[in-house]
Amino acid sequence: MIKESKLHADSSVFRQQVLAGDYFIKVVKKGQTFRILDIEGNQAADTLFYNANDPAERYSAMDTIREQGNVYLTAGSKLLSNENNVMLEIVADTCGRHDTLGGACATESNTVRYALEKKCMHACRDSWMLAVAENEEYGLSKRDITHNINFFMNVPVTKDGGLTFEDGISGSGKYVEMKASMDTIVLLSNCPQLNNPCNGYNPTPVEVIIWG
Amino acid sequence: MTTASLTATAGTVLYEDSLASGCHWSIIMRKGSVLKLTDTEGGANVGMLFYNPQNLLERYNAPDTLKCQHTFKLTKGNCLYSDMGRIFCSIIEDSVGWHETVCGNTTKQIVKDKWGEKNYQDYRNDWNQNGYSSFLVELAKYGLGKKDMAANLNLFSAVSVNDDGALQYVENNSKAGDSVALRFEMDTLVLLHSCPHPLNPAAEYPKKPVRYQIIKGEPVEANDFCMNFRAENQRGFKNNEIFHLDGGCCHD
Repeated sequence: MIKESKLHADSSVFRQQVLAGDYFIKVVKKGQTFRILDIEGNQAADTLFYNANDPAERYSAMDTIREQGNVYLTAGSKLLSNENNVMLEIVADTCGRHDTLGGACATESNTVRYALEKKCMHACRDSWMLAVAENEEYGLSKRDITHNINFFMNVPVTKDGGLTFEDGISGSGKYVEMKASMDTIVLLSNCPQLNNPCNGYNPTPVEVIIWG
Repeated sequence: MTTASLTATAGTVLYEDSLASGCHWSIIMRKGSVLKLTDTEGGANVGMLFYNPQNLLERYNAPDTLKCQHTFKLTKGNCLYSDMGRIFCSIIEDSVGWHETVCGNTTKQIVKDKWGEKNYQDYRNDWNQNGYSSFLVELAKYGLGKKDMAANLNLFSAVSVNDDGALQYVENNSKAGDSVALRFEMDTLVLLHSCPHPLNPAAEYPKKPVRYQIIKGEPVEANDFCMNFRAENQRGFKNNEIFHLDGGCCHD
């Protein structure tokens, strides 16, 4: 569902560009709103969420899709934790559909999906591994790396049970915006994938903007 | 899909037993062995998770399993992947045709809301156990916790998705006598429960037992159905081959 935001970047309290292949980690406070902006279009922002006060509570793709009865995320979607608490709600979305089934790219899954020779190409999970290693204060480790949201990615499920990877439906300037219902660690990898049409084989920067 | 390879699980049955409804258990399956599950009455659900007993951080990864094989449903030919690009097991037989891996578990609250709370004190073995607590118990036996609980399989259960993405629970997906057989391609810690599917609309808590057999498997040949089901699976099997370069049989 397309829903535009009334917020303007001028009134934001935080802005940061995240280059493809980099990670972003920060606590978004309860009540704050944050936006991920697809600057050039067709990018994938692989994102995980944790309760900042108890990171064992984290975004759960399966609880979220089961409770909303739909596999796609868009405006109105409540992002649930593994404790079935609302962590965030998507309050604006100019893309219309986001994936939470496809997971993140990893060097190991790249060997299966593309070729064993591609095992050392940069991948989202490597960005997350570096993020947890460089930011020990969050208390995260590989154990915490679970099933993420792929903002701006288009992974349709077919009626007969297929899963297809389509060209992105996002474009330059499209965004998704969430309001936090609890203090939430946002761990984002701006996807470096060079083997997949989801980002048009062309990884580009995204921007994170926070209000409140 | 009751086709050609009904003989795939014709090997010696090493052990067999049943899980009553709402039970949980764990098994270490050895490379080359087969776990065959049978829905004895129809309408069963088996929640399942996999871990590498040598490195418990390596676990079943539903998104990788789905995207590597461009599938939403799981059936014969599909391999079930770890987050490390390896195959825990292959579905070598399946008379059901569709197993799902995205809906998670019943929780204490879901069971209470759908079917009412039946605690142990009052109901003893007839209590309404839930899938989430079941997995927590089995995980804790290996030093694991809720951080380690990945998206699980729901064997014998299916959900379909329409063009708008809406999920629909498929009723009567599994009939009495339906079975699915998993051939393990590496040593694997298997956690399982027989609690109902969280979207099962039944008026009463479904009490459905499951039979399981551990069977001595046949060697994987070059023309193996699962390995050749997709090019991705050939590469997954190659990753397992690399993992087992030291001989692979004697890790403990």
